[in-house]
Amino acid sequence: MATNTQVPVDDRRVPVIAPGHTFSTITEKISNIVLTRPISLGWILGFLIVFGMMNMLMLALGYLFIKGTGIWGINIPIGWGFAIVNFVWWIGIGHAGTLISAILALLRQTWRNSINRFAEAMTLFAVACAGIFPLAHTGRPWLAYWLFPYPNTMRYWPNFRSPLVWDVFAVSTYLTISLVFWFVGLIPDLATLRDRAEKPWLQRTYGLLAMGWRGSAKHWHRYETAYLLLAGLATPLVLSVHTVVSFDFAVGIVPGWHTTIFPPYFVAGAIYSGFAMVLCLAIPIRAIYKLEDFITMRHLENSAKVMLATGLIVAYGYGMEAFMGWYSGNQFDSFLLWNRLHGPYRFFYAALLASNIFIPQVLWLKKFRVSTGWLWIISFVVLCGMWLERFIIIVVSLSRDFLTSSWGQYYPTKWDWMTFFGTIGLFLTGMWLFVRVLPMISIFELRTLLPESHAHEATEVKQ
Amino acid sequence: MSIDEHKTKPAAAPAAAKSDVCPTKRKQLDLATVREQIEDTTGPEYWRSLEELAGSEEFQEMLHREFPKGASEWLDGFSRRGFLKTMGASLALAGLTGCTRMPNTEIVPYVRQPENVIPGRPKFYATSHTLGGYASPVLVESHLFRPTKIEGNPQHPASLGGTDVYAQASILDLYDPDRAQDITYLGDVRSWNAFISAISGPMMAEKSLAGGGVRILTQTVSSPTLAAQIRDYLAANPQAKWHVYEPINRDNVVEGAKLAFGEPVETRYDLSKADVIVSLDADFLYAGFPGSTRYTRDFAARRNPDANMNRLYVIESTPSSTGMKADHRLPIRAADILDFASNLHISLTAEIDSNTKFVSALVKDLQSHKGSSLIIAGDHQPPPVHALAHFINQELGNVGKTVFYSEPIDANPVNRAESLKALVDDMHAGKVDVLLILSGNPAYDAPAELELASLLKSPSVATKIYLGSHRNETAELCQWHVPEAHYLESWSDARAYDGTVSIIQPLIEPLYNGKSAHEIIAVLAGDSAATGHDLVQAYWQKQHTGADFDTFWRKSLHDGWVEGTTYAPKQAIAKGVGNENTPRSTTMMTITSPSRIAGTELNFRRDPSIYDGRFSNNGWLQELPKPLTKLTWDNPIMIGPAMAERLKLNFKDVAELEFNGKKVKGAVWIQAGHPDNSITVFLGYGRTRAGRVGSGAGFDVYPLRTSQAPWFADGAKLTATGETYNLASTQGYQTMETPDGSERPLVQERSLAEYKKEPNFAKKGEPRPDLTLYPGFDYSKEAYSWGMAIDLNSCVGCNNCIIACQSENNIAVVGREQTLKGRHMHWLRVDTYYNGPRENPKGFFQPLPCMQCENAPCELVCPVQATLHSSEGLNDMVYNRCVGTRYCSNNCPYKVRRFNFLLFQDWETPQFKLMRNPDVTVRSRGVMEKCTYCVQRISEARIDTETATVREGKEIKIGDDLQTACQQSCPANAIVFGNLNDPNSQVNKWKAQSRNYSLLGELNTRPRTTYLAEVRNPNPELEGS
Repeated sequence: MATNTQVPVDDRRVPVIAPGHTFSTITEKISNIVLTRPISLGWILGFLIVFGMMNMLMLALGYLFIKGTGIWGINIPIGWGFAIVNFVWWIGIGHAGTLISAILALLRQTWRNSINRFAEAMTLFAVACAGIFPLAHTGRPWLAYWLFPYPNTMRYWPNFRSPLVWDVFAVSTYLTISLVFWFVGLIPDLATLRDRAEKPWLQRTYGLLAMGWRGSAKHWHRYETAYLLLAGLATPLVLSVHTVVSFDFAVGIVPGWHTTIFPPYFVAGAIYSGFAMVLCLAIPIRAIYKLEDFITMRHLENSAKVMLATGLIVAYGYGMEAFMGWYSGNQFDSFLLWNRLHGPYRFFYAALLASNIFIPQVLWLKKFRVSTGWLWIISFVVLCGMWLERFIIIVVSLSRDFLTSSWGQYYPTKWDWMTFFGTIGLFLTGMWLFVRVLPMISIFELRTLLPESHAHEATEVKQ
Repeated sequence: MSIDEHKTKPAAAPAAAKSDVCPTKRKQLDLATVREQIEDTTGPEYWRSLEELAGSEEFQEMLHREFPKGASEWLDGFSRRGFLKTMGASLALAGLTGCTRMPNTEIVPYVRQPENVIPGRPKFYATSHTLGGYASPVLVESHLFRPTKIEGNPQHPASLGGTDVYAQASILDLYDPDRAQDITYLGDVRSWNAFISAISGPMMAEKSLAGGGVRILTQTVSSPTLAAQIRDYLAANPQAKWHVYEPINRDNVVEGAKLAFGEPVETRYDLSKADVIVSLDADFLYAGFPGSTRYTRDFAARRNPDANMNRLYVIESTPSSTGMKADHRLPIRAADILDFASNLHISLTAEIDSNTKFVSALVKDLQSHKGSSLIIAGDHQPPPVHALAHFINQELGNVGKTVFYSEPIDANPVNRAESLKALVDDMHAGKVDVLLILSGNPAYDAPAELELASLLKSPSVATKIYLGSHRNETAELCQWHVPEAHYLESWSDARAYDGTVSIIQPLIEPLYNGKSAHEIIAVLAGDSAATGHDLVQAYWQKQHTGADFDTFWRKSLHDGWVEGTTYAPKQAIAKGVGNENTPRSTTMMTITSPSRIAGTELNFRRDPSIYDGRFSNNGWLQELPKPLTKLTWDNPIMIGPAMAERLKLNFKDVAELEFNGKKVKGAVWIQAGHPDNSITVFLGYGRTRAGRVGSGAGFDVYPLRTSQAPWFADGAKLTATGETYNLASTQGYQTMETPDGSERPLVQERSLAEYKKEPNFAKKGEPRPDLTLYPGFDYSKEAYSWGMAIDLNSCVGCNNCIIACQSENNIAVVGREQTLKGRHMHWLRVDTYYNGPRENPKGFFQPLPCMQCENAPCELVCPVQATLHSSEGLNDMVYNRCVGTRYCSNNCPYKVRRFNFLLFQDWETPQFKLMRNPDVTVRSRGVMEKCTYCVQRISEARIDTETATVREGKEIKIGDDLQTACQQSCPANAIVFGNLNDPNSQVNKWKAQSRNYSLLGELNTRPRTTYLAEVRNPNPELEGS
C-alpha cells in the first residue's frame, strides 16, 4: 500500500500523465473545457471557416445532384477521380482511431487512454466524410440503395461478386461499430458531465445521453464486458475494412490495380495516414486546451513510432510493386512503372515517394519525434503523401491502360476541389463541435492511469 | 426486310400529334391559333401583335406547354448545350408562325387498319441522297411514316448495301430544328401565295425581255427532271442564263477530260479487276469521291490475301484514309504530283529509266499488269494530271477493263469557276434583275476574289430569291428565302456515278413549309400549282416509251432506280499524245527539276466530316472523328512533323496563316505522313450562320481560296502566335508503341510474303481454351451464340459504321467541350494507329465495338447486376438497373463503354423525338451504355423466325441475313456478324481463318468480336526502302 508503484508507467520513459494529478484535477480539467470554459473568439472564427467549408460541400453536392457527375473531371477512361481518391483517403484516416481504441485496448496499451476518445471521434467523422463519396459518385445517387440486399418487388438482388458490394458491407459495418464503440465509451463521462453541469438543460441533455449511468459496480462490470466485446468486434475491422477497399482495385484488371499486395499495403497505409491525422489534430489541441499533462510527449512519440513502422510497410509495398513491374516481364506492368516515373504524372509520383518514404525517415531521430513542430509538419506531409498515393493508384493507372487509343488525362474541376475541401470542412466542423460539447479525453479512463487507481492492485502484487 | 413502294401519301404520324390533354377552364391557345392571329400581319405590325400576344396569360401558358422546360430553364455557364437548347426555344418563339403546324387532334386507334401498316414494324422505301450531283442510293427505314434510319440499297450497283457517312447522317438534317421553317421576305414571314404573286410581276417583266435579266444559280444538277425544267425555261426565255457553282467541284476532272479527249467524259473505274492501283492524290475510298461506296466494296474484296490480292500505290499531298491503306505511299506536295505523273508517263511510254527507285519499281509493276492496272487522279489535281492519268490508262490497255468512260452525269458540265465569274460580271454590269439561287451557299463559299457576299449585299440585283434549307449566310443576303424541302420530303431524281437514275421519293410531308427546286422552277415558268410529284412523274412519262407507265413507275420507285438509265461505256481515245500542247512535252523538261514550287504550299481540302460546310449543322458529322486526326468540331492547320519542328510549333499552338495578303488563325495539327513545306487546311468551318450546332466552330478558309488556286498554291506563310487552343480529338495517342519503347500487338500486320510463310502469325497471344478454373457455359444447347469478326484488311476507315451505329442506337451528341473531356458517346469507334517513321508511317484502322467478352471483366464488378451475360453470349446492359458507378468501364480493357456523365440526350426537341429508333431505349443521365450487337435487331429477327416456325410448321432459324447496323452500312464488307452455333455461318468461316485473332487475347477475356489481321502486299522491289 505504501509503495509508490506506477504500474502501467515505465520509469524510464516520459510518463503518460504528468505527475501531480489527482482524480479531481483530471475530472475538473477535462470537464471544464466543456462546461465552464468560455467560447473564445478564436474558436468562433475557426468554426465559421470550417462551417463555411462544410457549406461549400453542401453546395457542391447540391449542384452534383442536379447536374450529374459530369461536373467533375472524370471521363472515359478515368471513370473514378477525386471522389474515390477521397473515399479511400478518408476511410484510411479513420483506421487510426479504431486501432487505438480497439487493438491497443486489447493489448492493454494504457497510454492510449489519453488519445482514444478523440481518435474515435476522428474515425467517426472521417468515415462520415468517406461515406459521402460512394453515394455521390454514382451516376444516379437516388438509386444507390440498390447496392443493399433488401427484399423488393423488382426481383432485384445485388451482385455479390462485385467488390463494391463488399465495400457497402465493410463500410456500413465499420460506421456502425465505430459509432457504438465511441458512444459506449462515452457513457461514464456523460454521467460525469451530467453531474457537474449547472444549467438544467445541460443536465437534462447529458442525463439523457448518459442513459441512467450511476456508476454502480454492476454498471461498471457490464460496461467493461461490453467494451471488451466491442473492442473484440472492432479489431478485425481495422484489418478488414481497408482490405475490402483494396479489393475494389485488386479485383480489377487494370494494370496498377491488379496486384495481390494491395490488402496489407492498404491497411498499413491506412494506419499510417490515420496516425498522421491523430498527430495533426492532437498537437494543436493539446496546446490550445493546455492538455500537455494528459497528452504527453510519450503519446506523440509513440504515435510517431507507429507512423514510422507503417510507413516502412508502405515503402515495402511500393518497392514490391516496382519490382513486380520489372520481374513479371508483363509489358503492361512494366509500362506502368515507366509511366509513374516518366509519364505526365511523374511529379506526383516523385512527391509521393518524397512525402511517404523519404521525409518520414527523419522520425528515426528522437529529436524530430519530440519536437511538436516537426512532428506536425511531417504528419501533414504524410497526409498529403497518402492522398497522392490514392491518386496515383486510381487516376494514373486508369489514364494509361491496355489500348493506347483510349488513353486519357484527368483534370479536376472546381467542383472536384470544392467537394474535397468541403469534406475537410465537414470533418473539422465535427471536430470543432466535438471538443466543445463532449469530453475530448476519456475522464474515467485517464483516471485509471493515476497511481491511486492501482493501489489495491499494487498491494495485492506485493502480498 | 420489305421494300415497299411508297403508295400512299404519308399521313401525319399519330405520335406526332400533340398530346395536349390538360383541360383548363381558360381559353387555350395553341400554335395554330397564334398563327391564325398573326398570319395576315406584316412588318412592325406583326411584331406588335406578337408583343400583345406575349403579354397575355394564355400565351404564357401556351409557351410553357409548348416548351415545358426550355422556356423557364435556369441557365448556367457550365452547360453550353442547355444554353443552346434554350436559345433554340427563344429563336423558335421569335418566328412563332414558323413552328410546325401540329394537328390538334385526339389520338384514337384506327377504326380500319390501313393496309400494310403494322405498328412497330418498320417499312423500307428506296430513294437517293445526292452530294455534288452524285446520287447515293439508299433505303430509308420508316416507323409509322417517320423516317428513322438510312441504309444502302443492296440492289443498286452504286451501293450494294453500303452507304457513305453523308447519306447516313442526312436523316439528322431532316429533323434539324434549325432548318428554315417559313418563306421570308426581308426576314418577315410570307405565305407561298404571297411569294408567287410577289415574283409574278418581275417575271412578267422579264418575259418581255426573253428572260434577259434572269439568272439561275444551281449546284451540280444531275436530276434529269430539273435539268429539263431549266432547259425548258431557258428555251422559252433564251436570254436567261443558267450558272452552276459548287465549291467542291470537278472542274479539274472535266478540264482534264477535255484535254485528253476534247470532250467532258465521266470516268468510272472497276476496281474488282485492278491488280495494281495507283492513286495520284485521289481519296477514292472516302465519301465524297463519286462512286466511293462501290469502289470501296470492290477494293476491299480484292484485299483477301488468300486470293489474288491487289496492290495500292498512293501518291498524295494530304494524308488520307486511302493513303493509309496503301501498300506504298509517297507523300509529296500537290504541285509535285504533276511531275510525278509525267515522270511515270514518260518512263512507261518512252522506256526511259526513271531516276527514282519508286517510279521505276512502279513502272515495272504496271507494265506487268497491263489491262489490270489502274491510275486514278484526284479531283483537286490540275487538268494535266487527269490527262496524264487518261494517257497512262490508255497506254496500259486499261480502258474497257478497269476504266470506263461515259456521258457526264452532270447535266450542265460547265466550268464552275468560270460560270460563277460570268454571273458576277453580269451582276456588276447590272444585267441581272432576278437572281434565283437554288441551294448551295455561295455567299459563304464562293471564291474570295469575286466578293460575292458584298455583291449580294449591294442593291445591284433587284430581286434575289434563295432556296435553301437553312437561314444561312446566303439567305441573309437575299430578299426572298424559300425553305428547301429535304430530300426525304420531296420528289426529285438524280444520277449515280454510273449514270443510273434514281427517283427520289419523299417519306414524309414537309415538316416545315419546304419547297423543292422543281416547284420553284415551275413557278418561274408560270406553273405555280405544279407539285414535285407531278413534275417528276410527268418527265418520266415523257421518257417512258413502253406501254404500262404505271408498272414502270412503281417498279422504279420500288427498286430505287430506273431501268436502262445506266450510261453505257463509250469509246474515248486520248488523242493529245504527242501534241505540242499536251502535258507530255511540257513535262519532259521538268522531269529532273526538284520541285515546281519554292515556298510553302497551301492545300485546300474538303473536310472529311462536314464536306464543304453544308453539313455544319449536323451534330453527328461534327462529332464524327475525322479518319486520321480523330478531330471533332474543328478544323486544324495541318502540317508535317519536320515543318512543325522547324517552326517550333506543337499541338495546341495557334498559328497564323497568311496567303494572298489574307490571314486566318487556327490551331496546328501535326499530321504524320504530311509532306514537308506544305500546309493543309479544310473547308467548311468558321460559319457564322450555320445554326446552333455549326456556327462558330473552327475557322473559315474560304477567304483565302480563289478561283486561280482552288485547291493548292504556293506562297503561304505560317507563323506562331503564342496562343493555344485545344482541339477536340477523340484519340490522344495514335501509335501502338508506348513511350517506353515497347510495342503493343493491337493491330497485327504482316506483309503478304510473311503471311504465306507464317499464316498463324496473329495467334501468338491467344490463350489456351482451358485456361480457367471454372467450366464455361455450354452454348451448344442454345439455338444461338452470337459473334462478330472484323477484317482489318478490308476496313478502309470510312467511318460509316460510327454513324450507322449512332443512328440505329439513338446515340447522343455531346459537343466540343465534352469531347475534349473524353466523354464522346460513340458505341463503336475506329481507332487509327500509325507505325513507322513520322514522315511516312503506315496507318491502321481498327473498328472497335463492344467485344462481348465471354469472360467479361465488366460483368464481374457491377454491384447491381446491370451488365450480365445472356444465354446467347451477349454482354447485356440493363439501363434501368444501372446506378452509374462506372466500375465496369474502368475494368473494361477495351474502353468501349460510354457513360452519360450529364444529360447528354436531348429529351426536349420534338423533332428529335420523331427521329429516334423506337426499338432502342433513349438513355438518360447517369447510366452506362455500350454496343449491344444491335440486340433489337436480333429480337426482331427472333420474333420473325418464331412466327415463321409456327406458320410453316418446321423450325426456322435466324440466318446470315440478320445484320448489325455497322455491318449493314459497311461499304467494305469488313464486318460480319452471326450465329457461332451454326457451323455454316459466315462469321464461323471468318473466325476459322488463320488471320483471326482476339484483341488483348492474353487477358483471357475471350472476346466474341475478333479481328482478321492485316496483310499488306508491298512490291518486293521496294521492300525495305
